[in-house]
Amino acid sequence: MSEAMPEPGKTPRRDKITVEGVDKTFPTKKGEVHVLDGVNLTVREGEFLAIVGPSGCGKSTLLNCMAGFERASGGSIQVDGEEVTRPDPKRVFVFQETGIFPWYSVWDNVGFGLGQMPFEAKDEHVMKYIRLVGLEGFERSFPSELSGGMKQRVEFARALAVEPDVLFLDEPFGALDAFTRIEMRREIVRIWEKTGKTCILVTHDVSEALELADRVAIMTRRPATVHSVLDVDMPRPRDSDDPPFREMKDLIFQVLGVERRV
Amino acid sequence: MSHSQAPATWWRKFALGSLGFVVTIALWQVATWGNDITEVPGPWLTLQGLRELATDGVLWRNIAASVFRVAWGFCLAAGIGIPLGVWMGWNRDVVLFFNPTIQMMRPISPIAWIPFAVVIFGGANFMLAGRILFDASDSSAIFLIFLASFFPIVTATTSAVRSIELKYLRSAANFGVTGLGLFRRVILPAALPQILTGLRLALGIAWVVIVAAEMLGVTSGLGFQVNDSRNNLRMDYVAAAMVVIGLVGLALDMAMSNLEASALARRGMSRR
Repeated sequence: MSEAMPEPGKTPRRDKITVEGVDKTFPTKKGEVHVLDGVNLTVREGEFLAIVGPSGCGKSTLLNCMAGFERASGGSIQVDGEEVTRPDPKRVFVFQETGIFPWYSVWDNVGFGLGQMPFEAKDEHVMKYIRLVGLEGFERSFPSELSGGMKQRVEFARALAVEPDVLFLDEPFGALDAFTRIEMRREIVRIWEKTGKTCILVTHDVSEALELADRVAIMTRRPATVHSVLDVDMPRPRDSDDPPFREMKDLIFQVLGVERRV
Repeated sequence: MSHSQAPATWWRKFALGSLGFVVTIALWQVATWGNDITEVPGPWLTLQGLRELATDGVLWRNIAASVFRVAWGFCLAAGIGIPLGVWMGWNRDVVLFFNPTIQMMRPISPIAWIPFAVVIFGGANFMLAGRILFDASDSSAIFLIFLASFFPIVTATTSAVRSIELKYLRSAANFGVTGLGLFRRVILPAALPQILTGLRLALGIAWVVIVAAEMLGVTSGLGFQVNDSRNNLRMDYVAAAMVVIGLVGLALDMAMSNLEASALARRGMSRR
């Protein structure tokens, strides 16, 4: 374990992202669709927060607004006390099906966000992150030659290489097979513990949220709000067969189920 | 019935391709049995005509003249069509401004433009740095080739840029890549496969139009060869020129398709 690892629950961490009363409506041919309805959420520095909710409830929309790809229709989203108006390399988005560029090699993909710098320095930096995700030896490969899990690693390396404070993870393991998914979850926990980034994960997989996160925010159906935020006080590595894990899972399903019946 | 998925081996491709060719020539031979050079010539007369044209040196000059005109018209069309297509694909107002006009002009055959091509370009030589780049007759032919290839190129490029996946554009925005860097590192490579397909299609159309384009007072080119030989009732030369047009067209298409494959392979992408 590295010294960068935050001590969960011990030091009161400052707020990194504050979402206050965020509304989002989309215009469609049939009129406006109300997706987010006064969402409130606070993300603390260095924590791993998961957002779960039923499919199509607007979790991804919320994440897109937090990342600055979309503007909220109302309310405010602040990072370090500043209003989010556009995407920023300090906060990197990891896409559902990898957003790495198929026309670039692994090396070029990882170095994409680095801008102009001397080759030696850039190579050293890029290789550091290729090693971090365990892809040394593949730096000259193209994405088409890699497996789904390896592509996802390239995307993590590309995101981490610009040394952001925040990682937005939009169902990053959704396109992977079950075994690779387990492996990549372990991998993201390892990377998170090593780098201490603030991670916000959107998922509809309750187990995934409980395996990874310090806290789980539960969203309701559309128009969505944050129903509640649960602390996950379980040591890592976590086992989904442990009784406390199962209890929390039941609780979340209950919350989601109650909402469904309403 | 079978619809096999496995790629054919080279010898199978070669054997079946050659067989089809031989059967076609045999049918041609049977259909034109006993004709002379003022009628539809058979393969043997055509081959002899081809040999005469080749030894005369006329054939090579005509191939060069046609390729020269197509190259100019095609490159001008790509040079204007690709940037315009990227602009149209990028900005919705631009596509709304240009697209109705372009789609209206696209179905007009370049052949219909012949009278105007002559009026507009028929009287002037194109000079560059004191040298004649192409003369007046070349200009009209090049203009028609340009028209033939311009519309497919613009349309393919526009659609290529419009269909770039949002996640690539968002990734670029996330890493602060904008302007020329965005164009060079994301838009162009993302759109390239579709642009190359459009270029290949356009080159095919451009070569088809060459015969019509070279009916306009030019005295060289394969299209001129066809018209001139018909006027002299040398149908063997007409057929020979047709065969050469087909072979050059095949070579151009193969060259484009190789370019396409190697450009994709360099990016680690392949069609299969």
